[in-house]
Amino acid sequence: MSRVREKLMGAVFLISALASILAVALICVFLFANGLPAVGKIGVFNFLLGKEWSPADTPPVFGIFPMILGSLYVTAGALLIGVPIGILAAIFLARVCPKKLYRVLKPGVELLAGIPSVVYGFFGMAVIIPLSGNSILSASILLGIMILPTIIGIAESALRAVPEQYYEGALALGAGHYRSVFFVMLPAAKSGVLAAVVLGVGRAIGETMAVIMVAGNQARMPVSLFKGVRTLTANIVLEMGYAAELHREALIATGVVLFVFILLINLSFSALKRRVT
Amino acid sequence: MRKKPSELIMGAATWTAAALTFSVLLFLVGFILVKGVPHIKPSLFALNYNSENVSLMPAMISTVIMTLLSLVIAVPLGVFAAIYLAEYAKRGNKAVLLVRVTTETLSGIPSIVYGLFGMLFFVTFLGWGFSLLAGAFTLSIMILPLIMRSSEEALQAVPDTYREGAFGLGAGKLRTVFRIVLPSAMPGILAGVILSIGRIAGETAALIYTAGTVAQIPENPMQSARTLSVHMYALSSEGLHTGEGYATAVVLLVVVVLINTGSAKLARRIGGKA
Repeated sequence: MSRVREKLMGAVFLISALASILAVALICVFLFANGLPAVGKIGVFNFLLGKEWSPADTPPVFGIFPMILGSLYVTAGALLIGVPIGILAAIFLARVCPKKLYRVLKPGVELLAGIPSVVYGFFGMAVIIPLSGNSILSASILLGIMILPTIIGIAESALRAVPEQYYEGALALGAGHYRSVFFVMLPAAKSGVLAAVVLGVGRAIGETMAVIMVAGNQARMPVSLFKGVRTLTANIVLEMGYAAELHREALIATGVVLFVFILLINLSFSALKRRVT
Repeated sequence: MRKKPSELIMGAATWTAAALTFSVLLFLVGFILVKGVPHIKPSLFALNYNSENVSLMPAMISTVIMTLLSLVIAVPLGVFAAIYLAEYAKRGNKAVLLVRVTTETLSGIPSIVYGLFGMLFFVTFLGWGFSLLAGAFTLSIMILPLIMRSSEEALQAVPDTYREGAFGLGAGKLRTVFRIVLPSAMPGILAGVILSIGRIAGETAALIYTAGTVAQIPENPMQSARTLSVHMYALSSEGLHTGEGYATAVVLLVVVVLINTGSAKLARRIGGKA
């Protein structure tokens, strides 16, 4: 009797473990099956490299190149802002911060990570837009803030994983405290810091609600840092509500493109993480 | 002893970056409080939503139901999966490797992609329509990797002597897992669950096209409903009730702070034990 139960529960545990495989398989199947036909109908080059997105025209034109560029620009802007600040703050938390201050700062960073993206969006609408309008710049600033906790968290643990002897060795050779941290510890934590940046890229490119609220969302080729732009994520949310037929399929295909980007980013992240351990 | 100028510059840079990060947080929280608290009034908590009172109460109730539903689906699945990985799986097993890769993939997928999938699978393919249930299933896939990882770490942190002791007293594997290992790992598992509650409460993009945006209290799980975050987004895109939007943000912030302190407390308890 109890042997039967052992066997049964063992099987239940195994099946539960397989759930994540099933989930990924289902996500792939349903996204690709619903999105790829549209790419076929529109044509791969017309879809990926087409510079015009006009679903209301006759015949409608579905080119998502403006949105691909939009996502890339906004992500690049977020990295320019978030990476230097994030890494410096991580260095501060790992090697500079007094213990008492750490007990306030660390929960603060965690809180920053827990704030929902719509709340960031509201903040961006009220504080950043009056300064720089609905633009690439606004979206970059907001996303730069949003990826800070991700970058700080991972870069900090990467720095903490560097053996203490590296630091002591540098000190013994006559380097100052900061010189040892910047030129010995930081290079030693390189892979981990890079992994932090890659994960930040993933967060920035996948962020949806906050970006919609500050980026302006014009579906045209990006013209300037101070003009609006639409990202891949925004394209899906804004038009899915009323889209039908080929338009709807083209939006799902937009999701497929985003999904493939994310898979590539994930792959490089796990490759980097394997190098760390 | 005088410090070199380069040392001073590098020191200043790290202090500035940390100060900048922390002041952004203070500014953001302060800003939301200042803008939102004046709009918190009793009519915001009326049971029925209409364009007069812009009540957030239905959204709050929907958020609670959505959270419970998602957890009911994801927690058993995630904890059982973690038990398999930590207690049953043999090292280097191919299936285990695949589970790890797919779990990592799941944790990197952005919420809008989950939303698209939920719309295609639960809403359209299974024919559930915009409903609490479709939203909850979508979210449960989203939080699954979080629950699996925290549970697995918690299980692995239980010393092997516990297991050996239980086996030595004649307990079977299953009894050991449920009576000895799982209770010791409970704080870590709970910390993961609490973090997932935070993700559910803050989620918007995955819900708009799965649970829909109806602003009333749902009567059954097959009805559409909006959570607090979706409510906030709806208010901002309508553009008429931004004040109430900020008030909702205050409520969400309070939830997030409570969740963070709760999970930190639990995490510290595990830290103290090990």
